[in-house]
Amino acid sequence: MAEEPKSPTPPSGEPKPPAGQPIPGSVQSTPAQKPAEKAPEKAAAATKPAGPTPVPWESPLVAKLKAQYGSGVREANTYLGQNYLVLEPSITNEVLQILRDEEEFDYCVDVTAAHYPKREKQFDLIWILYSFARNQRLRVKTMLADGESFPSSVAIWPTTNWLEREVFDMFGIKFDGHPDLKRILLPEGWKGYPLRKDYGIIQQDEEWVKTNLGIESGQ
Amino acid sequence: MTDPTTYLSHLELGEPDKTFLDSNELIINMGPQHPATHGVLRVILKLDGEKVLGTECVIGYLHRGVEKIAENRTYTMFNPYVDRMDYVAAVSNGLGYCEAVEKLLNIQAPPRANYIRVILTELNRMASHQLWLGTHALDIGAMTPLFYTFRDREEILKIFEKYCGARLTTHAFRIGGCQYETYEGFERDVKKFLDFVPPRIDEYEELLTTNRIWLERTRNVGKISAADCKALGVTGPVLRASGVKWDIRKAQPYAAYPEFQFEIPTGANGDTYDRYMVRMQEMRQSLRIIRQAVEGIPEGPIMAKVPKVMKPPVGEVYHSIEAPKGELGYFVVSDGSTQPYRVRVRPPSFVNLQALDVMVRGQLVADVIAVIGTLDIVLGEVDR
Repeated sequence: MAEEPKSPTPPSGEPKPPAGQPIPGSVQSTPAQKPAEKAPEKAAAATKPAGPTPVPWESPLVAKLKAQYGSGVREANTYLGQNYLVLEPSITNEVLQILRDEEEFDYCVDVTAAHYPKREKQFDLIWILYSFARNQRLRVKTMLADGESFPSSVAIWPTTNWLEREVFDMFGIKFDGHPDLKRILLPEGWKGYPLRKDYGIIQQDEEWVKTNLGIESGQ
Repeated sequence: MTDPTTYLSHLELGEPDKTFLDSNELIINMGPQHPATHGVLRVILKLDGEKVLGTECVIGYLHRGVEKIAENRTYTMFNPYVDRMDYVAAVSNGLGYCEAVEKLLNIQAPPRANYIRVILTELNRMASHQLWLGTHALDIGAMTPLFYTFRDREEILKIFEKYCGARLTTHAFRIGGCQYETYEGFERDVKKFLDFVPPRIDEYEELLTTNRIWLERTRNVGKISAADCKALGVTGPVLRASGVKWDIRKAQPYAAYPEFQFEIPTGANGDTYDRYMVRMQEMRQSLRIIRQAVEGIPEGPIMAKVPKVMKPPVGEVYHSIEAPKGELGYFVVSDGSTQPYRVRVRPPSFVNLQALDVMVRGQLVADVIAVIGTLDIVLGEVDR
């Protein structure tokens, strides 16, 4: 995000992960994006039995969406018995509306995100949906670049109001048309977005802490 | 701090009632330090006299960044942290997390471990509901139930203490099963509790169920319809009191729940009284489950084969359980390393609290207290 406010001090004192462990933010491949290609490699390298791999998810719903949007539906897989869709951002909001109106996914369980700083499109934006009528869960995922905003789904599921605020608070993803997009867990005026991978675990907004708490550091 | 009026800018507030004296709108803060908010919750109320025109919750006072901590700990190291979210139902939190990671590792806890898990989780549901009943009744003005419920909850905490050494933040389960075998006399203690507690629940009900003051304070207070519940993502007893027969233990069973017989109690009106009745019946159903579990507990190992260094394969998984407050979900992403790449907690209290505004609009300010109590929130979980 171009106007992303930077913390007055660079992240310092971040505990180093133990030797031999990858730093969480430094994965080369994106796990969520390409599990299908990655998993067989791993299985071949290790002598252990092959782990579970995502298998294509066949269903009338997927067929319908593929017929309507073609390559906009990038993936439709089942991993460990859980179905998920990976969609192009341009069609995602439309598909969410269809999922609620026509496919009975009337309960939005959660909206969340994950940050992959090495990727061109840095953010995964994830909806976890549930249908009472079908007793089925579904994850919908799309990818956004830093600074890209996404249409708010408050009009589709009112519950996403606070959930989107939390995503904004923690990742800095903006939702267009949200009725009241502001920080929810952190105080207003806080700088930085803690769940981004480049935000160290003990990093804080020292300016805010000094002004509001009257102490040098909360650490 | 910011001027409270700016918080309410987005609310579409109705016109205040015109009286011959012409009323004034009043904005007041309830909390964050208020005994009836069950923690540090700040509610900004817009009032017209006694009538609530709108509310806004200001939360985050207890935010500890649990999801960030998870990314910097190994899977095992993060396990005790989840107990600190809903600290009155720590066992449920642990169960959800362990099962989510087990799913990611593609392992299953052995049957005996699952039975122990069910017994402890249901005991914890019971304890959570007892704590809710005591404090909720206290908020409304009935002081006696608090002493009764705390007296009886003590028996559950004693069982936890004997089992794992801790009373509240128990860290009872491990990824792959349970660390501790049941102690000598565990079954006897649980059975004793099962015989001891039903008359006590009758006692609570005697105090409240037909109490006229209780009825006046809870009937038709904080009503919410089933459609509103679904739209707002409200789950748990609140959803069931609105007439939706939905419980994850039945809909998408986990642990050993498919093996037990129990009912899902529901209400019809979706008011505070129905939510009270639903929770009272849930306590009795929990006892039913515990009895079946303790009588049918199988012999065998309590721990699955789990690698010493846990490196789940690359992938992501969402797993949810029916916590005492509603759907508690964990979305865990693995990048193949020893630390989770991302852990997202879907807290029931956080989502349910969002319904507060819908439930209190147009009601009296005293009902806000009743509704916060009936939502059964724990701020540790709301703020994480």
